[in-house]
Amino acid sequence: MKKIEAVIKPFKLEDVKEALAQSGVTGMTVSDVKGYGRQQGHSELYRGAEYVVDFLPKIKLELIVADEDVDSIISVIIESAKTGKIGDGKIFVSPIEKIVRIRTGEQDEEAI
Amino acid sequence: MSIESISYIINTLYAIFAMTLIIFMVPGFAMLEAGIVRTKNVTAVLTINTLIYAIASLSFLLYGYSLAFGEFGSETMSKWAAFLFQMAFVGKVVNIMSGGVSERAKVIPLMLFTVIMASFLYPLIVNITWGTNFLEGTPFELSMHDLAGSTVIHSTGGWALLAAILIIGARRGRYTKEGGIRVIPASNIPLVTLGAFLLWIGWFGFNGGSVGSIASKENADLVALTIMNTNTAGLSGAIIVAIIMQIVYKKLDLTMILNGALGGLVAITAGPELYDIYTPIFIGAFGGCLVVIGVSFFDKIRIDDPVGALSVHLLNGIWGTIAVGIFASNGEDITLLGQLKGILFIGIFAFVSSYVVLYIINKIMPLRAGNDEEMQGLDVEECGIEAYPEFKRAF
Repeated sequence: MKKIEAVIKPFKLEDVKEALAQSGVTGMTVSDVKGYGRQQGHSELYRGAEYVVDFLPKIKLELIVADEDVDSIISVIIESAKTGKIGDGKIFVSPIEKIVRIRTGEQDEEAI
Repeated sequence: MSIESISYIINTLYAIFAMTLIIFMVPGFAMLEAGIVRTKNVTAVLTINTLIYAIASLSFLLYGYSLAFGEFGSETMSKWAAFLFQMAFVGKVVNIMSGGVSERAKVIPLMLFTVIMASFLYPLIVNITWGTNFLEGTPFELSMHDLAGSTVIHSTGGWALLAAILIIGARRGRYTKEGGIRVIPASNIPLVTLGAFLLWIGWFGFNGGSVGSIASKENADLVALTIMNTNTAGLSGAIIVAIIMQIVYKKLDLTMILNGALGGLVAITAGPELYDIYTPIFIGAFGGCLVVIGVSFFDKIRIDDPVGALSVHLLNGIWGTIAVGIFASNGEDITLLGQLKGILFIGIFAFVSSYVVLYIINKIMPLRAGNDEEMQGLDVEECGIEAYPEFKRAF
């Protein structure tokens, strides 16, 4: 079992969700996050003075998948989240030790 | 019924209507300030605005009015209506000042200042301009024409604000040690817009009511012209700032456009009844330019004024009073020199007296909130109520 975390551009969320749903993903968790990478912040203007917004708004989505699905899911996310411009985000994959479905007590693969 | 009593009734009705419009400036200032400050200081700002209206008005009832005008009385309308109309202005002087020290000034010391301003300082200024004039016949007698208070109200509030900012300092983190300026953006642009337009509507009573009487054909014309010219100056102030922002900064900053409109409205206030219908276009536009220049200028010299009140009220109060001397001078009772003398005399009095009073209050009870309180926001410490408890910012 792996956890896939993807930080993406907020306006890409719908596309990514659709694409993931079509490839069989049944659930995910999303959160509003802020951050910066190579895109850095950007400058805005307020009352004639320029200022830098360091942290840009992004969406982080988290989903748990079986080991064999990791690569296909990653390519689905890349395909649907990509604009080709700087700031498209990143994908992180990490191992998951245990999953429990609260309602039924099912564990691990059955609980994905 | 005699013509006389009909005109008495109409004037009374009109004064109460104008007063009601002016009171719309209470939510006007409140909403504008609530939108410009950060969410953590919104309740504090609203509390200050509410208490200013209550305390300033009551102080004026108890002391201020008689200091300015002698006894209650009017020949052209009910004396209570005459009082209510004058009372509506008082809080505005303090509102102008309190907005510029938002996000760091504590509520109670500001209220002490409100009592002094509304009971003594402002009534003294009104006494020598619109009131019984204890300087009459002395060399200090002022001939300044200031219909609704470009100098008497707006500059007075502006001078008090300048004194307050010099004493209280800038918001924490606003200016960096290296000489940089850190921008603190507005939290709610819709509220800023609502507030600015409530002020704009209030101005029709502010200036229109100051003509004093509407109960004859001539006066009705004069009142309508006054309101028309007032509006025009607001329009051109907004337009010129939009143009400048687009050309210079390539961005149509709405907070500045609205400040431009208000700047134009302040500038026209000294003599809207004196001009033809086109002069206000220039007066308002010049006022808008002053706002753009003023906001960057005060930032450069590290005078932290979150709402731009110095540019809107102080600079344009001065400009509006000068404008009367330029465009409406008749060589007799209205002269450029007379206008300048009024600006200087009232400016010195308003600034020095406000500075001294604020300095003393600050010694007894610090005007400025502590660092921790300022970081956390004044709402929690001062008022115990957050304006938006369901929206927490983690960053």
